[in-house]
Amino acid sequence: MTLANKLWRGIGVLMVLSPLGLMLPDRFKAGTAWGEWGVDELQKMRGSLPQGFQKLSDLWKAPLPDYAFQGWEGKDLFHSSFAYIVSAAAGIAIIAGVALLLGKVLVKEHE
Amino acid sequence: MHIPDGYLSPATCGVFGAVMIPIWMAASKRVTKTLNVRQVPFLAIGAAFSFVVMMFNVPIPGGSTGHAVGGVLVALLLGPWAACIALTVALVIQAFLFGDGGITAIGANCFNIAFVLPFTGYYVHKLISSNSPAGSKRRIIAAGAGAYVGICVAALCAGIEFGLQPLLYHTPNGQALYSPYGLNVAVPAMVLGHLLVIGWVEVLVTALVVQYLQKQDFVFFEGGRS
Repeated sequence: MTLANKLWRGIGVLMVLSPLGLMLPDRFKAGTAWGEWGVDELQKMRGSLPQGFQKLSDLWKAPLPDYAFQGWEGKDLFHSSFAYIVSAAAGIAIIAGVALLLGKVLVKEHE
Repeated sequence: MHIPDGYLSPATCGVFGAVMIPIWMAASKRVTKTLNVRQVPFLAIGAAFSFVVMMFNVPIPGGSTGHAVGGVLVALLLGPWAACIALTVALVIQAFLFGDGGITAIGANCFNIAFVLPFTGYYVHKLISSNSPAGSKRRIIAAGAGAYVGICVAALCAGIEFGLQPLLYHTPNGQALYSPYGLNVAVPAMVLGHLLVIGWVEVLVTALVVQYLQKQDFVFFEGGRS
């Protein structure tokens, strides 16, 4: 097996293990990363929202918000873990594809 | 460390976008010069690896979480400019597909995570490894040190960006328009968690993979080699 394939296999293992990134914070009751609170969270923490923040915060609706399926909010850890792995797979595929394409375009220029 | 939309003013976002454009252009140029066809798959591997590493949220004291990036590792494998490209790809997809990091904050997030992090880590590694042989222990220690300093300095940058907002952008009566947390709150919040926990996760990830790749006789990036 080539080294590249070995590394891809490693990334595959990380993908399957990725729900640890949900379970560990859940286990320790750790919330959102500092400064990454959404509208509701910030509202709850501060009682009000900064004016500029209100205008910008909902600018973009991501198709897989926070590596989860839309409408699956509040589902148990089993469901969110499933969505997390699917998100990881989608992210890896798209990111690797884009990086590969970009690399090929850039490196071709001087060949 | 992924700053969402709304925490940075449009002007701040514009400044970081403007700063990143020449960096991205230089990165493209350097990658064209230094990367060879056989390394292109590793650019994709680096980007995908970094993306999946960032999904491993780790609890940090104070009830929040953080995650490693793996970006210093990519800089050691392919050089800091290639790492900048790989991490930018990951960050842009994270923002658009997963809402992780704001669309308006892409410039700032790329500055912290795709520029400051790999370059700081790369040069710290270079400083410590100096002329030690390719497969040496010293290289692994240097990689760990680069990883630690790289991610902590990147977190410091994010903390400063958050913390400057209430100073620069507020209503006439002093109410913050964007990030409501000043430097005295944002900098320690960002930096401490990374110094205490996340920096060490980054060290572990980087050192383990570097050690593995040494055993596989992987040829690490040497500045200027083409």
